[in-house]
Amino acid sequence: MAEDAGGYIKHHLTNLTFGQKADGTWGIAENAEQAAAMGFWAIHVDSMFWSLVLGVLFCLVFWAAARKATSGVPRGLQNGVEMIVDFIEDTTSSIFQHTNSLIAPMALTIFVWVFFLNLMDLVPVDWIPGLAKWMGIEFMKVVPSTDPNITLGMAFSVFALIIFFGIKQKGVGGFIGELLFHPFEAPKGGNPIVRILLKVAFAPINLVLETVTLIAKPVSLGLRLFGNLYAGEMIFILIALMYTSAVFFVPGGVLHWAWAVFHVLVITLQAFIFAVLTVVYLAQAHDVSDEH
Amino acid sequence: MEMQVLLFIAAGLMIGLGAVGAAIGVGLLGGKFMEGVARQPELLPVLRTQMFIILGLVDAVPIIGVGVGLMVIFAPPI
Repeated sequence: MAEDAGGYIKHHLTNLTFGQKADGTWGIAENAEQAAAMGFWAIHVDSMFWSLVLGVLFCLVFWAAARKATSGVPRGLQNGVEMIVDFIEDTTSSIFQHTNSLIAPMALTIFVWVFFLNLMDLVPVDWIPGLAKWMGIEFMKVVPSTDPNITLGMAFSVFALIIFFGIKQKGVGGFIGELLFHPFEAPKGGNPIVRILLKVAFAPINLVLETVTLIAKPVSLGLRLFGNLYAGEMIFILIALMYTSAVFFVPGGVLHWAWAVFHVLVITLQAFIFAVLTVVYLAQAHDVSDEH
Repeated sequence: MEMQVLLFIAAGLMIGLGAVGAAIGVGLLGGKFMEGVARQPELLPVLRTQMFIILGLVDAVPIIGVGVGLMVIFAPPI
């Protein structure tokens, strides 16, 4: 049983990987070892497929709602979409005080998209992999946000935006200056030569601290989402294992329900946090500090 | 086999110690949130949003630990 359970869990955690095999040909990996041996130039087909499908689904749903929008009392789909848009607009405008027409649509996209990616977690763990197996596909990891490639990919896109807007708002000099002259600053006033010497003396330690702060943003952003969803998915798989035993069948069902209800909260919260932190980081990138 | 056991212990420490820190943090955060709301109930919506943001920040490190810990147990890199 133990071997079986381990195999079941491993099977559920293996991505459908496309890459170069050991013999030099390109194709789909047949087992986890082969997928691991593919190294850097491999792509997780299932994660990409589901992210793109869900992204398109998000666009279609919102497009359909916008097309049929009426100025009367909103109902059904339009009501839901308006609620989400209003919610994101309120949150964004309270955090982000600068003028940038990119931020709110991006926050909306991130929120809804990440929510959809996370929502796949609530589909019972065996349904889609079972269907895929029936169609002849060996591995199928359905929740894209349990794949660090997807979450870190999004996080590093945000990181690129942070640097882009940071340089755009402050100039290259201002951006580098922020890295060099914070958080330890030379005291105001006093002898100008001493000030310059102090600034030079503080620069290396400031650079180290600020670089860590800067790098920690995308890493924690991506790993937070990944960790939450990976842990959640793992619990779902462990609960699914309980169904194999006659004794634990009923408690398993109760646990499954309870964890799913709790997870509705978790996935919404994680999507919200991802979107809000993106806005917060970009607001920081727009903040031009008064000194220097 | 020795390595396997060490991996389990490492994962347990990762998850457990991470949870201790986060539990203290979230406890303080929740307590202060309650105090703030009791003092000024009209600030509830604002405080709740801010609390969730900070909750997410505090949550990050232990949950990364849980993720990495589970990965060490079920899909060890070595």
